[in-house]
Order: sequence, then structure tokens, then C-alpha cells
Amino acid sequence: MTLQVDSTPPALDRAGEQLRLSGHWTLAQHGMLKQLLAATPVPSGAISLGGIEGLDTAGATLLAQWLGVDRLEQAIAADSALQPERRALLETLVKALRREPAPVAETVSPLVQALTLLGQQTEQLARHFWQLSGFIGLVLQSLMGILFRPGRWRMTAWVNQVHQTGLNAVPIVALLTFLVGAVVAFLGATVLGEFGAEIYTVNLVAYSFLREFGVLLAAILLAGRTASAFTAQIGSMKANEELDALRTLGLNPIELLVIPRVLALLITLPLLTFVAVMSGLAGGALVSLVALDIPLGQYLGILADVPLKHYIVGLAKAPIFAFVVAVIGCMEGFKVSGSAESVGRHTTSSVVQSIFMVILLDAVAALFCMEMGW
Amino acid sequence: MSERQTLIEVRGLCNRFGRNSVHENLDLDLYRGEILGVVGGSGTGKSVLLRSIVGLIRPSEGEVRLFGQNLLTLPAAERSRLEQRMGVLFQGGALFSSLTVRENVALPLIEHAGLSRKDAEELAEVKLALSGLAAHAGDLYPASLSGGMVKRASLARALALDPDVVFLDEPTAGLDPIGAADFDQLLLTLRNALGLTVFMVTHDLDSLWTACDRIAVLSQKRVLVADTPERVADYDNPWIQNYFNGPRGRAAYRAVNGS
Repeated sequence: MTLQVDSTPPALDRAGEQLRLSGHWTLAQHGMLKQLLAATPVPSGAISLGGIEGLDTAGATLLAQWLGVDRLEQAIAADSALQPERRALLETLVKALRREPAPVAETVSPLVQALTLLGQQTEQLARHFWQLSGFIGLVLQSLMGILFRPGRWRMTAWVNQVHQTGLNAVPIVALLTFLVGAVVAFLGATVLGEFGAEIYTVNLVAYSFLREFGVLLAAILLAGRTASAFTAQIGSMKANEELDALRTLGLNPIELLVIPRVLALLITLPLLTFVAVMSGLAGGALVSLVALDIPLGQYLGILADVPLKHYIVGLAKAPIFAFVVAVIGCMEGFKVSGSAESVGRHTTSSVVQSIFMVILLDAVAALFCMEMGW
Repeated sequence: MSERQTLIEVRGLCNRFGRNSVHENLDLDLYRGEILGVVGGSGTGKSVLLRSIVGLIRPSEGEVRLFGQNLLTLPAAERSRLEQRMGVLFQGGALFSSLTVRENVALPLIEHAGLSRKDAEELAEVKLALSGLAAHAGDLYPASLSGGMVKRASLARALALDPDVVFLDEPTAGLDPIGAADFDQLLLTLRNALGLTVFMVTHDLDSLWTACDRIAVLSQKRVLVADTPERVADYDNPWIQNYFNGPRGRAAYRAVNGS
């Protein structure tokens, strides 16, 4: 797209010793001007600027770059035919171009750069874990501080968070785990069918959901849905200096913002895990009924034989995941600095980190439980 | 100024938000080459007026003609061309936070003037120099600028395409008096050098006396008076008298005009 062009093109005419500039020296002619000036050697003689019909900062800049600031200044001073507003523009530009140049950055070899980057990122990672454990400490400290003082329990904020992170998440958690339950059942039917052991599909669904999938899927959904929300909420408050305002009012942002969120997740994730397990089993039941002709009564009968400890192992992980997700979500919020872009960056980071931590902890827990024979 | 050319005509402008009416039958003219200061109490719709002139708000009634054309009825390509003849400095700067200051200024040059990135950034550097920013500022991101630098960088972006009209929304708000005075001088220099027309919403009495050729007072949902600062200051209206002849108004007048 170009600007409106209703102007005579720029030109340079040589009249004896003098070089005469004419036409429109404007942004719309930028490309043409650049070619013209590149093709013309810088003149040694006098320069007449009076013939210029249109001039803006773009044209004036090209002129200054071509002539050099000193020559341009001489030309302005020598040319009496120059209109006053053009003179003002050129003089302003000359003054602006005369300011202190920026210090030139040192060039560094790529190897040193790569090593620097590696070092910086390693340090960042270490610092990050240091910060995370510091933040966890801070949260626990604040929690202990208000534990025995019911007057400082923020019940309204807590209930609000339970509502947002728990109740509002039920439909998506239920739908998703129902579908995964159905998928696992199909998978079982296909693989186990080869051994004539379709009936064990029920055990597959039951064990996987009671022990792992129920809590894992709920926690991952919570990480995507809630950790990001925490980071965005607290982060935009940080960007807006609201956290500083809280501090200057003598209020503790950890106590006001973080504790209700952490406690809310500690309640909601076990509840959501229950929802996830139930609807996963329902998905399995539907597929068993439709695809494997296992009636609901038999399905429930097999379920009843599954030891309770698997469900307890699954549920026991929920509060740990909840704490990690909430703490990471909140901490990333506190790490936001100033701009809206930073809010976005930390929101992404909080989701990635919390999902990573949930899966890592789940793997560790699976190993541990296996070794313990639970 | 007998044969002054009108760049912007606002006729019968009404802006209503729900049951709340901000403007009723507002008329205003902006002439080529002038600096018009727009003042008014909080909530009199100064920013709303600015936004309806630049086409960000569709007025409930009435018409805004820019260079003789109504922005809102034009096809998209022509509208964009007309918009390129205006520059806007928003109250908070509205610099794109993911771009450096230099890239902020270079963006319209690359998009609209078809310059290469290198050319655009060179030209952007000149605009930054014209706006009075130090040389190292071009590489900074908006988050690390001070208030005064944000205003200057934002002005540089508004001036990127060498527009005919610039709209400034409280350009000196939040600046220290020295920075604000510098900004006024910068505005005058640029106006004289580039032949700019300036529409400036402001509360700064010093700016009004130093920089403005005319002042429009928004009150009672319309433009109460639009005239030279001296005549506006003499206008018989309690709010205007309070504004210009209150302790701050008198001090600003004395500071600029002596005695």
C-alpha cells in the first residue's frame, strides 16, 4: 500500500557549479529518492534547496544522510531562497541528528554467547527452584500464622475460589474423563479380546481410573484451567501495582490472595478427582455394555471386587497435586513485571510448569507405591 | 487568519452511552496549522470527543468530517488512507509492549509507506531524535521507559507517517513541570517545522497559555466557547472563570505573559 501520490517527482539538476533540488521530497517518494540519491555523487559545489516543493521528515532525513549533517547545515545557511518553514524543519532535524550517538555494543563471539546463554539458563533454573521452595515456605508460614485465628480466615474469597475452580470445572472434567474412560475400554476390548479376556476390560478401566487417570486428568485440567487463571489474575494485579498498594496498606498479599486459592484447590481437586473417577467408570460401563455385552450388574460386581486401596492411593495424590498447581500458578503471578506481555509469558510458563510437575510427581508416586507394594 | 482552511468539522455530534448522554449537538472546527487545546471538567467527554473524531467511536448522531470526508462512511482502503494523515498520542502512550521503541515507530512506516525494515528503522531513529529521546532509547522496550519517555516515544510514533493532524490526549499529564515545559516547546517546534495541526486534550494550564492558539471549552455537553486563550479567559461563565482565574490559572497566566 502506498500513500497518496499527487506530487511532482523529486529531481536533481546541475546548473553550472550549482546543484538544484526540486520536486516533492516526501515519504511517498521514499523509494525513488533513495535510488536518485544513490546514483548521484555528493556534489562539491553549492546546493540550492529553494526549488523543493514538498518536504517532510522522511525526505529531509534522506537529504541529511546523503549530504552529511555539516554540509546540510552549510547549505541551509547559504540558501536565501529557502522558505521559512522548510528552513525550520531542516534546522530542527540537524539539531536532532547532532545529539549524542548511542554507545556501540561490544560484539561477542558465538561460542561465548552460547556458553553465556547456557550459564544464564542453568542459573535461572536453579534460581527458579530456589524461588519455588521459598514461595512454598512463605505460603506455609502465612498459613500457620492464620491457622489458629479464625477471624482472619477469608471465607468469602475461599468460597468464591471453590466455586470458580471446582463447581465451574465439573462439566469439562466429567465430559473429558467420560470420553477417556470409553477410549480405555475400547482399547482393552481390542487388546484383551485377542486373548479372549474381554471381561478384564472392566478391571483395566477400574484400576487405571482409580489409581491414576482420575486424579491425573483432573489435575492436568486444573493446571490448564486454574493455574493459568491464577497467574493472569495475580499478574495483572501486579502489573497494575495493586500488590504494592496492598503492601502499603499493611496487608499481606500472600494471606489475601494466595492462601484462599491454595486452600480452595486443596478441597476442589479431591472432589474433582471423585467426579473424574465416577465419570471415567461410567464411560467404561457404557462401552462395556454396548461393545462387549457386559451388563451393568456384572460390571458393578467386578468393580466391587477391586480393593479400596487403589482408590485411596489415587485420592491421596490429589492434595499434593493441588498444592503444587496452586503454588506455581500464584508464584508465576507474583513474578510478572510491568507489561501485559509479561502476564502472557508467565501464564504460559505456569501452565507448562504445573503440568510438568503433576506428571513428574505422579511418576515418582507410581514408582514409590509399586516398591511399597500398595 | 481570514482565510483559514478547515481540516476537521464536527457538526451536531451526539454521544450517548445507555441513558447517559455525553455530547448533545456539539459543533467544533479545527483549522490548518493551529494548536487547539480542549479543556473541560472530568467527565465532560474530552476523550470521547477525541475518539469520535478519529473514528474509534461511532457517534449516536451527527457527523465528523475529516478533510471534508466522513470517515465512517468510507470504504476500508480510503478510510485507512485518511487515517494515515492523522497521528494519535493516547493518554497512556499505548506503545506496543512486545516491540522496542524503534520498532514501534517503524511499524507504520513498514506497513503503510512500504519502506524496508532497515530504512524504516533509520527513519524511526530520526523521529525519535526529533521527539527529543536519547539515542539509546530506541532499543528499549516500553515497560522500561519513564513517563516522559513514553510520551515522547508515543509522539514519535504519532508523527511516523508525517501526518497533517495529530491528536494528543493529555500529553503533559504525569510529567514533571520541566518535562511538561519541554514538551510544550517540542510541540511548538514541530508545529512550526512540520506545519502540523494539533488537537490537544489537556488540563495543563501552562500548556494552554504557552502552546495553544485556540482553546475549546467543553461544558454542558457541547463546546461552550472556542477562541483565543485571552478571549476564552474573559468569557463570562462561572466554570471558565474558576478554571482560568483561580489561583492556578492566574499563576500560569503570569508565568507565561509576565506580571
